[in-house]
Amino acid sequence: MDVTEAEYQHPLMAAYWKQLDTRFPQVEAVFEDCMAEALAVLTREGLDAYLEAARVIGKLGRGAEPMLAFMEEWPSVAKSVGEAALPPVMALIQRLQKSPNGRAIAPFLQTLAAVARRLQSQEQLQHYLDITLELKARTTGSIHGHHTTFPSPGLPDFLAQAPSLLVQLSVAGLRNWVEYGIRNYAKHPERQKDYFSLQSADARAVLQRERHGTLLADVERKLDLYLRGLWQDSDHLVPYSTAFDEIRKPVPYYDKLGMRLPDVYDDAGEISGLDRYRATLAHMVGHRRWSEAQVADNWSPFQRMAVEFFEDCRVETLLMREYPGLSRIFLALHPKPAEDACDPETTSCLRHRLAMLSRALLDPEHGYRDADLNDFVARFHAILEKGESSTREIAALALSYVARTRRPSDQLAKVHFDGTVVDYRDDNRQLWKFIEEGDEEEAFDQKRKIEPGEEFKGLPPRHYPEWDYHSQTYRPDWVSLYERLHPSGNAADIDRLLQKHDALAKRLKRLLDLLKPQDKVRVRYQEEGSELDLDVALRSLIDFKGGATPDPRINMSHKTSGRDIAVMLLLDLSESLNEKAAGSEQTILELSQEAVSLLAWSIEKLGDPFAIAGFHSNTRHDVRYLHIKGYSEHWNDEVKARLAAMEAGWSTRMGAAMRHAAHYLGKRPADKKLMLVLTDGQPADVDAQDARLLIEDARQAVKELDRDGIFAYCISLDPKADEYVSDIFGRQYTVVDNIQRLPEKLPELFMALTK
Amino acid sequence: MIDKDQYKVQQEPYYQPQQNEVALYEAAYRNRLPVMVKGPTGCGKSRFVEYMAWKLGKPLITVACNEDMTASDLVGRYLLEANGTRWLDGPLTSAARIGAICYLDEIVEARQDTTVVIHPLTDHRRTLPLDKKGELINAHPDFQLVISYNPGYQSLMKDLKQSTKQRFTAFDFDYPASELETTILAKETGLDGATAARLVKIGQTARNLKGHGLDEGISTRLLVYAATLIKDGVAPRDACRMALVRPITDDADIRETLDHAIDAVFA
Repeated sequence: MDVTEAEYQHPLMAAYWKQLDTRFPQVEAVFEDCMAEALAVLTREGLDAYLEAARVIGKLGRGAEPMLAFMEEWPSVAKSVGEAALPPVMALIQRLQKSPNGRAIAPFLQTLAAVARRLQSQEQLQHYLDITLELKARTTGSIHGHHTTFPSPGLPDFLAQAPSLLVQLSVAGLRNWVEYGIRNYAKHPERQKDYFSLQSADARAVLQRERHGTLLADVERKLDLYLRGLWQDSDHLVPYSTAFDEIRKPVPYYDKLGMRLPDVYDDAGEISGLDRYRATLAHMVGHRRWSEAQVADNWSPFQRMAVEFFEDCRVETLLMREYPGLSRIFLALHPKPAEDACDPETTSCLRHRLAMLSRALLDPEHGYRDADLNDFVARFHAILEKGESSTREIAALALSYVARTRRPSDQLAKVHFDGTVVDYRDDNRQLWKFIEEGDEEEAFDQKRKIEPGEEFKGLPPRHYPEWDYHSQTYRPDWVSLYERLHPSGNAADIDRLLQKHDALAKRLKRLLDLLKPQDKVRVRYQEEGSELDLDVALRSLIDFKGGATPDPRINMSHKTSGRDIAVMLLLDLSESLNEKAAGSEQTILELSQEAVSLLAWSIEKLGDPFAIAGFHSNTRHDVRYLHIKGYSEHWNDEVKARLAAMEAGWSTRMGAAMRHAAHYLGKRPADKKLMLVLTDGQPADVDAQDARLLIEDARQAVKELDRDGIFAYCISLDPKADEYVSDIFGRQYTVVDNIQRLPEKLPELFMALTK
Repeated sequence: MIDKDQYKVQQEPYYQPQQNEVALYEAAYRNRLPVMVKGPTGCGKSRFVEYMAWKLGKPLITVACNEDMTASDLVGRYLLEANGTRWLDGPLTSAARIGAICYLDEIVEARQDTTVVIHPLTDHRRTLPLDKKGELINAHPDFQLVISYNPGYQSLMKDLKQSTKQRFTAFDFDYPASELETTILAKETGLDGATAARLVKIGQTARNLKGHGLDEGISTRLLVYAATLIKDGVAPRDACRMALVRPITDDADIRETLDHAIDAVFA
């Protein structure tokens, strides 16, 4: 077919077609429909601009697809955000066209209408365009920084995901989400694609963090308190995801594993997300308290639905009887269907009738005029007047309601759904029991398969977040940390080391004796004290009688000076420890070994609870935390053997190790908690190109420790440490320049810290 | 000689018996058995002792125990005077001399070695040796020792020695049942029954949270405070926040939950 020959009956239509100046048959196929919509929506000038823009897009040399998308989408975009949005959109298309990202034009245009519907204002749309441009600019690859040659790998995926992202995120949230992807995956095309197509775990995790609304994770404790405090009930609160399930729309429910709630609730009008959670929980509690399961087999689906609505209202009435303030929340969340919203001639109105009834049962000022409805409302209240009633009694009422109001149209396939969904109610699965499993004649007993349990070798990894100082946020579950027992060596080696430092040990022992707690100390010569110190008092009296000035400090009191300190020693076991210490034949590792042995010996003498662990890392996926001594272990041969086998290798990812150590130290019941970090260099790892990143993360870890009441103190063996260590530890550090003196320095430092 | 009358309880304190504790106490007193009253804070322990002292017509000497208290604070001590020293009886000694009921409130707050001085008074000896003075006091026939403590602390440091515990007969008090507590609020403050019942409901909400962030629930005493404020014309929500929620917790989550309970109760 020769397209240019296309004949349009209407002269105006023919003129438009001419203006469009295109030969794509696909465009011709939809041209009339598009124009019909455009004529309805656009102004005269807008129409001209529309055709001109479509012409330009058609001439870009990227096939019919972009033009087709534009022709179809633009009228509805213009309807949502106004015609004035066209110039910036065209500007963006030009930018994409001039960069290697021309292929992204089609996906951009295809989702533009859905995006515009979400954003609803030109200003917001402009933000979206800016984000797109930013993503394009920062992920388009270049070789040696001269040419922009490779298209952005993530851009088309991002544009395809944009509508569903905007359902869950505000524009600001979207910006953060994109920013995270750019920052972390700018140099990794495959990962970038995974991220922007929402395939990777952290894409979802960051999305979850940026979502609008009230997250269940944030209010879980409040809800638990709510259940316990107001309802004397408690259960696991299990979130289900609402983000990735657009069609099925799960409903809250409870079973023996816990109460299932959506992971996020947006505010609904004046009702906050938290109150929506409370309403949902209260409703479930109502069922748990007052409902009993009914046999479902003999009732039709309609009858069951009616029973569910009646029973829901019964428990809610009882709930509101307990806490009248709940009615405000229930009524605000309950839809109020208009009485004439549903036409019973053409549509199945059962849901609509029941929703109205449900409203009327809860709301005394419902204002519905229907006679049957008002009759049943009165009967319902009459039953509940007498007490709590029961599921069985209310079900009988429901059945007679169905019988009274039944209409032939209830069977119609077209069901009226609008305003009939009460979204804080659970799905009532606990209300039913089924005698027969299914409709099949015979149900064969299914054999249960029991999977043989997998045996774990070592502990499963623990995941820790890492601080990203660029965005001032945590990267969720970024680091995988594996904890294992340190391999053992020969304990006698350590004893030999201690022997070598015999003289030092003796000196330390004297210091230790001074530190040892002596439980009760008498404080004498007090002007005010708990007891009269008779000796001193008599002496004063004699002075007084003799005419001299008496000493008024004649009382004494007691005080206890105990020690209650838990200590954690964290050793950096990275590769650099294998170097020789300056001016010495020993490696730093050997010197550390001696120092740690002496320290451990001293602390054991003092009796403070004490643990030792080492760490090194090989990228964020493999941080190893080596257990050397636990709090319940004594300074015995087993511990010494582990210490003797100490080896160095890999890198220093300090933040994760500190967080893990803090998780043990934090659980100690001691008054004071001290974490000593012995390191010889700055935090670094092979997968962190930015040197500041792990320093800032460690600094954040120190802040977290501080918040948890743990005092972190660093002993650095790096002569250049002054450049960064104060950034991490503030003033809580010592740099040991003369590493040879470490064995005596370390215990002394500890005692000075805990005196 | 000490003026006995200053320790007498002048007016009848309002006390609402929960069970048969009044009769049981009278039996204990007839036989001069030492009594221990246990229960959470603000549930009416002190009020009960005060009421019993009034009912029996005996003087009541109350000592609020604290950590700085020493044995001399209970027994007495020498004071220095211009021409020598003078002995001053402590509250326990005074009570033993004049035949009063000596009430040691919150005894676990005192250090354990302090509380040992009461031992000779609590068994068959009924004596109090004043070793510093070299005197042995035989307790007055009317003397009785009552201690109170709150087992809710659940701390290793704050518990009584077994040797102390096993010298007492004990009452276990708890917050009254809701109808009774409503009556108490109404009687104590003159508040109407419906509002009082609502206050009790809030109180129970907090008591359910004990152990989940709250060390103690809202006591009857605080409920009385709230009722007093409402009676004075303060809006119920404000009164509840001020008297019931703010004093007991700084935990934002719990505070929010209790605030919600208040809103839910005072719709």
